[in-house]
Amino acid sequence: MSSESPIQAIRLRHPWRNVFAVVLIAGAALFILDAAGRPAYDWPAVAKYVFDRRITQAAVNTLQLTVYSMIIAIVLGVILAIMRLSPNPVVKSVAWFYLWVFRGTPVYVQLVFWGLLSIIYQSIDIGIPFMEPFYSFQTNAALNTFTLAIIGLALNEAAYMAEIVRAGLLSVDRGQEEAATALGMGWIQTMRRVIVPQAMRIIIPPTGNEVISMLKTTSLVTAVPYSFDLYTRSRDISAETFNPIPMLIVASLWYLLFTSILMVGQHFLEKRFARGVGDRRPDKKGSAPTGTGAVPLVTGTQPTVVAPTQTENPPSSPGREGTR
Amino acid sequence: MNASEATGASGHGPIPPMVLAEGVSKSFGSNEVLKGIALEVKRGEVLCLVGPSGSGKSTFLRCINHLEVVSAGRLSVDGELIGYREANGKLYELRPREAARQRRDIGMVFQRFNLFPHMTAMQNVMEAPLRVKGENKALAEQKARDLLDRVGLADREDYFPAHLSGGQQQRVAIARALAMEPKLMLFDEPTSALDPELVGEVLDVMKGLAADGMTMIVVTHEMGFAREVADSLVFMDAGVVVETGDPAEVLANPQHQRTRAFFSKVL
Ligand SMILES: Nc1ncnc2c1ncn2[C@@H]1O[C@H](COP(=O)(O)OP(=O)(O)OP(=O)(O)O)[C@@H](O)[C@H]1O
Ligand SMILES: [Mg+2]
Repeated sequence: MSSESPIQAIRLRHPWRNVFAVVLIAGAALFILDAAGRPAYDWPAVAKYVFDRRITQAAVNTLQLTVYSMIIAIVLGVILAIMRLSPNPVVKSVAWFYLWVFRGTPVYVQLVFWGLLSIIYQSIDIGIPFMEPFYSFQTNAALNTFTLAIIGLALNEAAYMAEIVRAGLLSVDRGQEEAATALGMGWIQTMRRVIVPQAMRIIIPPTGNEVISMLKTTSLVTAVPYSFDLYTRSRDISAETFNPIPMLIVASLWYLLFTSILMVGQHFLEKRFARGVGDRRPDKKGSAPTGTGAVPLVTGTQPTVVAPTQTENPPSSPGREGTR
Repeated sequence: MNASEATGASGHGPIPPMVLAEGVSKSFGSNEVLKGIALEVKRGEVLCLVGPSGSGKSTFLRCINHLEVVSAGRLSVDGELIGYREANGKLYELRPREAARQRRDIGMVFQRFNLFPHMTAMQNVMEAPLRVKGENKALAEQKARDLLDRVGLADREDYFPAHLSGGQQQRVAIARALAMEPKLMLFDEPTSALDPELVGEVLDVMKGLAADGMTMIVVTHEMGFAREVADSLVFMDAGVVVETGDPAEVLANPQHQRTRAFFSKVL
């Protein structure tokens, strides 16, 4: 018959792979069965506390700590990154010094420091030096432990975000800025329309990791001391019940839930900023563009693994997409 | 002071040339890359700039739209001093805004295209008219469509650069520069990053532009293009203009030893 009939070959077997898989599955099953019946885990207690009013409130607090401190950290990180790329040596060194201090000391220690802020500075004056301040407040009254925890987490995180943002900005080809400048675009326009959208592809994956890591770092705010976050709260409850293990499970379940949601969000953000460099179809609506009826449909997207700059020899036919 | 300062194309004095360079020098640190370039490009003229690698051709082009700052000499486009404002015999550096305004009227095409990869061909062309000129969307779209049609890419408007061939990308880049309705176009080796079979399509677009009367400065190694399209040919070496004249004459009968040596290699 036709020489193009599908190949029907005997599949190559991988017996050891299969054995390994069976061992893994068996091990996991045994662990789960054992855990289900083990009294120390105290599953009834887990069920009882997982939606306890105090725990859900603590979960909300942890989420707030994460979101607020990340927002501040990202804004500050962008400013620090731009400062580090500034031609002005003073501006540059200030940013460098900030990074040196906040990356060079443990976040736990920093949080303790923030907790002692009201002892170091009893009142804070805003105004011009050597003149009557416009505004003055008692540190104690103005900044509660929740606010101090956010400040502490945010300022620490900003140092890491600055490096991530800087790497992202530097990953964009120099020619992009030149092309935009040559078109008469100003610095802000160039950043906003050309550089930042491209840098996002590099910035988002590590930022996603930072958010997830921040979610867990919030368990250190007890250093301030703020005690209404998920971990500290569940530990406090177990101090009353003398039954710590189920409370650890309860906290872990909530952390896992939030982490999973964040991972889904990160996935969609990455897809959004892969525009034009991933191997998606060139049009938005999914219909083949005019003139190229024979372009093969592309499967799968790999938004984060493509090279940041264009290749020397771009594909010479529009039908070759999907290979980068 | 001198005739080149005549204002605009109005009745007073002679019409200024599109580009006038007088003693233009440029150093990077102690490395003097341009050493007193003097050059004039008239309206509607096509000037081809050739020379060995490192002779400062790109640097000179980049000085014309102030991507580089000239260290000495004067450079003006359409009678307007580039990068500086002159008052009471003193030069004042332009603010970024003013420099950006000067660049709007000067189109530039790069060796490596430098299209915005996160925008479609259409969006690339529309970006500057929308954001810089503040044109309304419908008009910008109509103009972008016309321009893409003019460079032969009407059916590629929704393609991202990564999905276009090199020749197509360069043609989009030309359309993008034209969208600002420049009075001067600068081309820095627009075909040297292209596969040989794609060079022709880009040169054809440039020929069309020249025929429409666009003033162009083209850095190129395509001597055929220079002979056919250019009104004058300038040979540069080590930061100085060595020889300049009618392309056919310079190519057939170079006067200087350095020019002869260069052409014997590239032709
Ligand atoms: N930003 C810069 N900083 C320092 N030196 C530079 C810079 N840009 C260019 N140069 C130097 O200036 C000289 C001329 O460079 P230019 O790119 O203008 O040459 P070219 O004639 O365009 O060469 P090619 O044909 O290779 O493009 C080179 O020696 C280069 O190293
Ligand atoms: Mg060059």
